Amino acid sequence: MDTLKANLELFEKMVLIRTFEETVQSLFQKGAIVGTTHLYSGQEAVATGFASALQPQDLVAATYRGHGHALATGVTPQSLMDEMLGRLTGVCGGRSGSMNVIDLEHRLIGCFGIIGGSIGAATGAAIALARRNGVAIAYFGDGAINQAYFYECLNFAAVRKLPVIFVCENNLYGEYTPWEDVTAGQIRARAEALEVKSETIDGNDVWAVQKAALASFDYARNGNGPVFIEALTYRFVGHSRSDPGKYRKPGELDAWKLRDPLIIARKRLVDEFSFSPQEVDAAEAGVKKRMEEVREQSLKAPSPGLKKLGSEFMELKRTGGGGA
Amino acid sequence: MSASQDELSFRNAIREAIDEELAADSDVIFFGEDVAEAGGVFAVTPGLRDKYGDERVFDTPISELALSSAAFGSAVAGLRPIVEIMFADFLFLAMDSLVNQSAKYWYLSNEQKSIPLVVRSAVGGGIGFGPIHSQVPISWFLGVPGLKIIAPSTANDAKRLLKAAIRDENPVLFFEHKALYATTEVREELTGQEILGKARIVREGSDITLVSCMKGVADCLEAARLLSEIGISAEVLDLRSLRPMDNEMIQSSFSKTKSLLVVEEGPITGGWAGEVISIANEVNNDGMKLWRIATEDRPIPFSPALENEFYPSATTIFESVRERHAR
Repeated sequence: MDTLKANLELFEKMVLIRTFEETVQSLFQKGAIVGTTHLYSGQEAVATGFASALQPQDLVAATYRGHGHALATGVTPQSLMDEMLGRLTGVCGGRSGSMNVIDLEHRLIGCFGIIGGSIGAATGAAIALARRNGVAIAYFGDGAINQAYFYECLNFAAVRKLPVIFVCENNLYGEYTPWEDVTAGQIRARAEALEVKSETIDGNDVWAVQKAALASFDYARNGNGPVFIEALTYRFVGHSRSDPGKYRKPGELDAWKLRDPLIIARKRLVDEFSFSPQEVDAAEAGVKKRMEEVREQSLKAPSPGLKKLGSEFMELKRTGGGGA
Repeated sequence: MSASQDELSFRNAIREAIDEELAADSDVIFFGEDVAEAGGVFAVTPGLRDKYGDERVFDTPISELALSSAAFGSAVAGLRPIVEIMFADFLFLAMDSLVNQSAKYWYLSNEQKSIPLVVRSAVGGGIGFGPIHSQVPISWFLGVPGLKIIAPSTANDAKRLLKAAIRDENPVLFFEHKALYATTEVREELTGQEILGKARIVREGSDITLVSCMKGVADCLEAARLLSEIGISAEVLDLRSLRPMDNEMIQSSFSKTKSLLVVEEGPITGGWAGEVISIANEVNNDGMKLWRIATEDRPIPFSPALENEFYPSATTIFESVRERHAR
């Protein structure tokens, strides 16, 4: 693909994620979306940068803050927004809602509602992917590194040399609590102690993420074992819909907003990749217009009827085990 | 001596089932703690790693959560994993993976993919392992929609059921009672298609139904023999599958004998015996009114259109009582 076009598409993808999250928030405030939501605003460059390095056979495991990873991986905005609203046409038929989206057609093996769950899922997927030159990627937050999943799976993946990339998005807070208040030592040091190849990157510059992603996928795909990436970033919204973010340090949010991944990308598109500000504006306007159409269509989408309740089990497909 | 007449031990039945399924399907893999090099702490799986290689049969770290979740992830990505959790008491460390990941995936994904996973685990006491290596945690998992629970009582049936579990498209907990490993039977030829969820009558009787699983079945058979000497005819029902449970067979046997005793190796409070009693109660309760309203056996759906109808409500309570008391 044309490199310039690909660079603009990275920006468009991040705008798509930001706009999607703003739409979710507004629908939530209107009562059209129920339950809870965990928005990805501010962290778009991480999912977008890594997704740009995915091959068709690779697989992605994300978290309950997973709308951005889903969109970056290729889940359609329409099917995802329909899922937010619990509609029949949602990517999981309205069964999963915001926190647990699965879309295997688009390589998303799941968004996991329990912190650390993505780490285990990707580790397991890597066992299968090792057979077909694929790589699994697990996204999780700084809070997850204190879960058993983290230690057990990094060790498991390292001793089995599995092709898996562990991406810790350090957004400074585990839910409402600053990471350093509840975490001994440094984050990357934990992966280094297991002799897992590790790197800390700027998670708000999509090209810095992409560069690390390409190197990580190469390393894992070539049978060298897992990679750990700590991506430094920041969420611009509360942990979930009920969190006003009162725990933030004074001035912290404003300082990070100057490093908004969309601002950084816009500047680099103009300064380094020869786009005019008008071209960037037009791209952004185009994405926003399409999201407005998605929103309108979602609100008209049908609800699942009770006939769609389904079964707890899949029916037996293969021959049973009685015979030889 | 022909092959069909030789002895089969419970231990070898398990190994043969794994061996045959590894041979039949290259997507089947097997891993756990000490299962490959050492051949398992109960000496159930020797030789499989040498036969199938380290890619398909391997030892794991002592990390029950990681290995359960790795099995889940490998199943999502197309494999058919069998994992061994050495003692079922260790399953509690793997709860999130089994209950939230594997059991719910088929439903939550809107039926995009099921998880063909078998978790083998040794249960039961009577051989001096104490309180944290002897439990039978069936009831911990009985209320988890999306999981199947299998608990065989004999060698031939263990082989039959384990092969069916490996071929099943859903996550299956397969419990092996430690006291049964050394028991033997005359080998039977396995024929036909086994579908998980069926109980069996292992002794016919007319006065009482004795219901159990695993080691309890042999105990019930011996008790039935003693009862026959005092003129009581006992039927013995081997559940084989605890989830789903064979409601039909429990109810038909109870309809016939009008007396039913459940024998469970486990605490009486919250045990699976209570579930059997409830199922039996749903027929022939002769004017007594004792019944349940609960949610259906499915994970909780997100969509308000589905969730609003999911739970018991004042309306469903009212309708249910009105219907029964109108009789």
